[in-house]
Amino acid sequence: MAFVNLKNKLIQVKIVYYGPGRGGKTTNLEYINRKFQHRINSEMVTVKTHGDRTLFFDFLPFDVGLVNGYQIKIQLYTVPGQVKYDATRRLVLRGVDGIVFVADGMLVRRETNIQSLRNLQENLASYKKSLRTLPWVLQYNKIDLKEQGIPMMPIEMLEQDLNQESPRPYFPASALEGTNVVATLKKIITLTIASIRKELL
Amino acid sequence: MSYTLDQKQLDRIEDILKSELIDNGVRCVFLIDMAGNIITNLDNGEKQHDIYSLAALAAGNFGAVSAMAKIIGENEFSLLFHKGKKENIHFNKISSEFLLITIFGNDISLGFLRMKVAESVEHLKGLLEPLSREHL
Repeated sequence: MAFVNLKNKLIQVKIVYYGPGRGGKTTNLEYINRKFQHRINSEMVTVKTHGDRTLFFDFLPFDVGLVNGYQIKIQLYTVPGQVKYDATRRLVLRGVDGIVFVADGMLVRRETNIQSLRNLQENLASYKKSLRTLPWVLQYNKIDLKEQGIPMMPIEMLEQDLNQESPRPYFPASALEGTNVVATLKKIITLTIASIRKELL
Repeated sequence: MSYTLDQKQLDRIEDILKSELIDNGVRCVFLIDMAGNIITNLDNGEKQHDIYSLAALAAGNFGAVSAMAKIIGENEFSLLFHKGKKENIHFNKISSEFLLITIFGNDISLGFLRMKVAESVEHLKGLLEPLSREHL
């Protein structure tokens, strides 16, 4: 639910990183925070448990600059990935404009990816939203683990599991090393702004 | 779904918040939607807060407290207020989509603040409710 302030010529946009627990959602935001420190005027907000897992959400406001004379302020959020925090995941999704689904590329996480995507669809439905109409992209994370001999899913398998119905852009990535983190972010920002523009015109 | 407020609407909202709250001693007031977007914010010029983080946390906090209320069989809690040593924060729901947050010091009583907030909310409802019905 982007808000357009015609007085200040400012558009606020909400993008949520969704996916299974320990998949790398927070690591994406941490990388963005380090990489674009000059564009971020505030500290990254994290609500964590003692075990350093996301309890509620991480939040990072990010200035994109001017688009058609409007200042665009992107609000990046992550959800808590652990299954038990479903109520808080639903709260964070409220008013979402664009989604990055961060899948865990490890073979052992195949089923948890599928469950998390199903959970996303259910939670969006509670706001009468759907992945069919919302801008979203996929990120297949942890490609760096392949070098350590950890069994990983081939891209074809991830695509077949998660990206069959009206395929969306996807990015093999390493959130830890920063590979394709910025490409993922750029893509979702472009798609989300295009969607808002279409809606307002 | 996106929504828009123009200069006239925002000026009207800011006039209400200034005359009812800032001019009566409130340090900072911001109107947000439940997604965590800031519609407008005003302060008395003394202190600058990280308002975007505050708005995100306030929307999340309000959502969490509402969910707690439902679990124990309440529709919602009527008073949402956090007391600090020097600064206090008060939340007031305007409609299902909008929230008014005020930050104030100990020089204002909670009762007076609640009265002024209630008056502001009545004025704001008229401006924001058509928006809630049509666009959100």
